[in-house]
Amino acid sequence: MIAAAAFYVFSAIMLAAATMVVTARNPVHSVLFLILAFFNAAALFLLAGAEFLAMILVIVYVGAVAVLFLFVVMMLDINFVQFREGFQRYAPIGATVGAVLLIELTMVLTGWRFLPEAPQWRSAPIPANISNTAALAEQLYTHNILLFQLAGLLLLVAMIGAIVLTLRERRMPRRQIIRVQLEREVRDTLEILQVPIFAGTDEIGIRMRKAISEDRGEAAHEGAESPMLAASHAQSETEGH
Amino acid sequence: MSAVVMNWIVALPELVLAVCGMAILLLGVAQKRENPLLASMLSIGALVLAGVLVVSGSRGQGYEGQLISDAFSTFLAVLILVGAALAIMLSLEYNQLQRIYRFEFPVLIVFAAVGMMVMVKATNLMSLYLGLELQSLAIYVLAAFARDDLRSAEAGLKYFVLGCLASGLLLYGISLVYGFSGSMDFARLSRAFATPASVSAGLVVGMVFVLAGLAFKVSVVPFHMWTPDVYEGAPTPVTTFIATAPKVAAMGLLLRTMIVPFGHLLAQWQQLVVLVSIASMVLGALGAIGQVNIKRLMAYSAIGHMGYALIGLAAGTEAGVRGVLIYLLVYMVMSAGAFAVILAMRRRGMAVEAIADLAGLSSTDPALALLMTIFMFSLAGIPPLSGFFGKFYVFLAAVQAGQWTLAIIGVLTSVVGAYYYIRIVKVMYFDEPAARFDVRHPAISIAGGATALFTVLFLAIAGPFISAADLAAKALFG
Repeated sequence: MIAAAAFYVFSAIMLAAATMVVTARNPVHSVLFLILAFFNAAALFLLAGAEFLAMILVIVYVGAVAVLFLFVVMMLDINFVQFREGFQRYAPIGATVGAVLLIELTMVLTGWRFLPEAPQWRSAPIPANISNTAALAEQLYTHNILLFQLAGLLLLVAMIGAIVLTLRERRMPRRQIIRVQLEREVRDTLEILQVPIFAGTDEIGIRMRKAISEDRGEAAHEGAESPMLAASHAQSETEGH
Repeated sequence: MSAVVMNWIVALPELVLAVCGMAILLLGVAQKRENPLLASMLSIGALVLAGVLVVSGSRGQGYEGQLISDAFSTFLAVLILVGAALAIMLSLEYNQLQRIYRFEFPVLIVFAAVGMMVMVKATNLMSLYLGLELQSLAIYVLAAFARDDLRSAEAGLKYFVLGCLASGLLLYGISLVYGFSGSMDFARLSRAFATPASVSAGLVVGMVFVLAGLAFKVSVVPFHMWTPDVYEGAPTPVTTFIATAPKVAAMGLLLRTMIVPFGHLLAQWQQLVVLVSIASMVLGALGAIGQVNIKRLMAYSAIGHMGYALIGLAAGTEAGVRGVLIYLLVYMVMSAGAFAVILAMRRRGMAVEAIADLAGLSSTDPALALLMTIFMFSLAGIPPLSGFFGKFYVFLAAVQAGQWTLAIIGVLTSVVGAYYYIRIVKVMYFDEPAARFDVRHPAISIAGGATALFTVLFLAIAGPFISAADLAAKALFG
């Protein structure tokens, strides 16, 4: 009874969320509704006794795929309104194609005859006294350990390949040298000037951007300091003003 | 899975080789200064160790029927390990001069060797596929190893894209076979097909797809298109590797797959193999004639030779399989030797690969010219050399099995093929000498000399090899 009620509640929420995914105007809302739909689907899996699938759905789809979607939607400024342009113009063609597909599907499904023993074959038998997580683990890590390890080796080779073919050591990498950073003192980088009123940069002899950029070129040879040097010069410049 | 046994020791050589490969990889990463020579030497050591384990290792089925270690797999695994070690040895100087001297090179070859050993031991469609893919993936990367060279990158990409297509075909075939028979286990498939009534059309289609996927890996017509470009574009040591060990492994896999699970369907696949074999022999003979690049020539030669090897499979008998195994042994040794000579073609540090560059080699470097002459005559199948015996055993098997057409076409195409092999000999001995090559690296001299000795003396030392091939063929049919 409770299970049936839970089933209807989760199904209803899932269907509503799924509808919202395609109708929501804001793409971020769409993705959030998608996550809601995933959670409800996971709950339905739990009700059906497939706890492993439920966990995987939450971990993989919610944890990785949906969050990735969210990133993509937020980072790329996609104009979804533009996608919907011409909706009215193409609606009749779309509706026709949809109707044809629907008719075909109905014809296929109504003409389908099931063998009497088909329901028993439809799903793989669930082992009697272990959970299906344990059953899957046994398949993967006991019966097919060789294949599992080979697949792992395959991924290792793919990783080596990707690194070998793309990794390039830069000639002059700007590595962080902690010692150099710690040994710096204020007077190495900062120059504090007493600026008379109404004096321009020319009068007080502050080096201009051009000089700074030359400096930067020298600093690159010394190692990691260049960005900080430039920043501190810029700072002294603003102070000058 | 009649006997549910793990028997993990069956895969001991593969396990040891894989662990060694990972250890060498770690060592290479941990070292402050890259030392590819050390990695190469350790890799050769690992291959030798695996070879010892293969020869002395236990036989039998393991991993619930996914892997088997028998005389057949032992014979081929030894060939594969020798081919891989030769490729690493020959790569030393070339990689250094081409500035692709990196420790990942031998490591990838070691992993490819693991994949190939799984291939020849596989008795399940899934382990078959994973072994094949492990081997292929490592070789795709190796083909593109000279990543700043446009041709190498192109070769790698081309091989990868077409290889993926072939893997797709293979997987589709496997899924059809599984769907129509309900098993991926070779022994069960074989039992299922024992009654002709159980063979449905879908199953035959699946088998044809499997055959097509594997045919791509051994580069036979009509799945040969990648071969010349990849052979030409890949760095020469990689070409040496592609031309030797993977060919042996893929052909071994093809033999086991066709004979063990699909053995009862001989009538269905025999015509196909005959057709593929004839087309390969003809294309290999005709395509090579116009080539000016020696690596491309070797590619067409490889297509032709795989066609000859398939004659043995087309015969579908134990003698035929024995012929293929002897052919693979002989072909691997002589083509490794020929590539050793090609690797020695180098002027002022630059590799040259045109046939015209060999002109007058007999006066500038008589020893190298002699080596090349031996390999070319052997590839052409001139009698006292090993190449002749390879052809002899497959033709014999074809005639015994009543496949006269195949044998006759094989002899005719060998005559055509002899033209372009002997043309190289003519260029070396009778043309105006070109500038001399650089001094050879000792590794090239050693590999070239050893393979040439084997090729010349095969007549005298053939006994143990032929009896080993005999045992291996028996294991497949037993």
